[in-house]
Amino acid sequence: MKLIAAMSGGVDSAVAAARAVEAGHDVIGVHLALAANPQKYRSGARGCCTIEDSHDARRAADVIGIPFYIWDMAQEFHDGVVENFLSEYSAGRTPNPCLRCNEKIKFAAVLDRARAMGFDGVVTGHYANTRESESGKTLHRAVDHSKDQSYVLAVLTREQIDGAIFPLGDTEKVDIRKEAEARGLAVAQKPDSHDICFVPSGDNAGWLHDRLGSEVGPIVDQDGKKIGEHKGAYTYTIGQRKGLGLTVPTADGSPRFVLKIEPVTNTVVVGSREELAISKIWGERAIWCGPDVTDAKKRGFVQIRAHGSALDCTYYFDGSNLIAELDEPLLGLATGQAMVIYDGDRVVGSATICQTE
Amino acid sequence: MNSVYLDHAATTPILADALSAFTSQASKLGNPSSLHTQGRATRKDLEDARESIAKAAGCLSSEIIFTASGTEANNIALKGLFWLGRKNGRNVVVISAIEHHAILDPAKWLFEHEGAEVIELPVTTSGVVDLNFLSDLIAKRGDEIAVISVMHSNNETGVLQPIAEVVKIAGEIPVHSDAVQSFGKVSLNYKELGLFAMTLSAHKIGGPLGIGVLILRRAVEIPALLHGGGQEREIRSGTLNAPAIVAFAAAVSAKSYDASNIAKLRDDFAQKVIAQIPDAFVNGADVDRLPGIVNITFPRTESDTLLLLLDSEKVSCSTGSACSAGVHRPSHVLMAMGHDDISAQSSLRFSFGPSNTAAEVDYVLSVLPGVIQRGRAAVAS
Repeated sequence: MKLIAAMSGGVDSAVAAARAVEAGHDVIGVHLALAANPQKYRSGARGCCTIEDSHDARRAADVIGIPFYIWDMAQEFHDGVVENFLSEYSAGRTPNPCLRCNEKIKFAAVLDRARAMGFDGVVTGHYANTRESESGKTLHRAVDHSKDQSYVLAVLTREQIDGAIFPLGDTEKVDIRKEAEARGLAVAQKPDSHDICFVPSGDNAGWLHDRLGSEVGPIVDQDGKKIGEHKGAYTYTIGQRKGLGLTVPTADGSPRFVLKIEPVTNTVVVGSREELAISKIWGERAIWCGPDVTDAKKRGFVQIRAHGSALDCTYYFDGSNLIAELDEPLLGLATGQAMVIYDGDRVVGSATICQTE
Repeated sequence: MNSVYLDHAATTPILADALSAFTSQASKLGNPSSLHTQGRATRKDLEDARESIAKAAGCLSSEIIFTASGTEANNIALKGLFWLGRKNGRNVVVISAIEHHAILDPAKWLFEHEGAEVIELPVTTSGVVDLNFLSDLIAKRGDEIAVISVMHSNNETGVLQPIAEVVKIAGEIPVHSDAVQSFGKVSLNYKELGLFAMTLSAHKIGGPLGIGVLILRRAVEIPALLHGGGQEREIRSGTLNAPAIVAFAAAVSAKSYDASNIAKLRDDFAQKVIAQIPDAFVNGADVDRLPGIVNITFPRTESDTLLLLLDSEKVSCSTGSACSAGVHRPSHVLMAMGHDDISAQSSLRFSFGPSNTAAEVDYVLSVLPGVIQRGRAAVAS
């Protein structure tokens, strides 16, 4: 096949490209320039589109022996990911920008462009697997569960999964580093990126503060009684206990947790641990990675964080929302995050959490 | 068809004469600044080379300052002539809007770090510098201008600039011209143009990489950027790169550039491209251009996509525009000619050289329609 390998300059995408070449594909390496004004150097685990990273990607492509180009996706990234990140936060939700990037950039803008140019698909260094099945290509967890990225890929439609190649899904991360070393790739020991790539300082609250401002507002208990003040509601997350700065103790001295963030009134609602408990989750904008989910209740797992655990649940689709009923209650869940449903290790689909109970 | 190289304006194959001059000189021992036998022998070869380059460029051999690149020569000229003028209270640097980054960026540096006022000369929609603007500027502020720098021909469009007129209008104001693309391709004579300073580079004419020339009027003293052994009139210290210099001279003497044949090939190509892709157009079509360069706008495409697709068809050309962090920005040259962001990013530069053939042109024409079609689909996606 003729493939575009998205190369970030990290070890995973470099080995993925090398494996695609070895599998006999005709591969072209592409580095996505996502920042309009990229920083020169990378600092630790932060940032993933510095000039240094693009050099690393180019060097890896040269060593692998494939053509290499840089695609400017800064505008698409800003409009589709950064703006969305800000608007979600200002609406009191907690977005996952990596997921959004996969949905809007890597497997949309890039895959569409690649297909229009005559390529068959896009290779990335994500830790996930795909398998051929009767109902087409399906998405599955990686062998290395600690690195599994199927959660952030669960926004891909069947058509997008069809054009996605994940050569690393069958291997443990430590072995990928060894393989990179053996292939003579200089990025073999380069640190992984963890933080949000467009927040180079790693200080999300500070970054949001600079862009959304900080409007002081009330912290109230579940009866609506004001018990403190906050400096910008978006710096809080549901379930947060520390750093609330509350001086009025509860009657029984038990700790308080953030229950709700209400952007319209700029209010943070706190309450007891018990009130955080969630047993039913609704998600909007559902995407099916395999066969459609129907109103027939099925047993499976739901995951609500990138590296969270898979929780036993019953799931179904009521015609407008994807619903998961948890076997065991869960503490603290922010709307805006993605709920991803698994059937064993197969990704069933995902939706954006809009309501909890 | 093997690969077709249509990027001779970026760099062109080293000529056999230049390569053999390079290797033979590189095997000789001797620092040209040494006073002993070996040093003198190297100095002799080097000065022979200086004389033949000077003769070809129309300057005195003492006016030639060897540098490591055209960029370095441009930096020495623009900064040095600015500092020279500032001593006499002149703080304005005038450049054309279509200069190479090797002039644009030193001018920006002078603005940011030395407090220079930088004025850009606009160009016509054909890409020729606006002489009326220059005349008005000099009439109003001539006594404030330290240096004027206008390239002899533009590297993206190949459009030739009216340097003799610029010099005439400038009067006593020093004029520098970046002649990197023109040297060896069109008639060019430093003295006849009346220039104060001029830049050349070896690798654009079949010489080696890493050697440039600044021609600077005799007895003009400008501050140096590199300080050290005092070579090259104390304006450019550093051990002279004898093998590259000798090879540069060999490339100059080879006279391998058949301008009329290359122009014919280029024109034939451009004409057939327009016939194939009717909404494509040549930038600067109605004015005098270098024989080897044609810059074509393909509406509804993105040049970096076209470049990738052509590269995969084994055709090498250029987006012509500068890279910023590896990302192609809209060409400032095309923008200065009136393009908007989008059309400035829909253009490719094809530059022909002595090695190109009619069969290569036919091959490129056979793959181009498919490339443009896929490129348009990618933009629409």
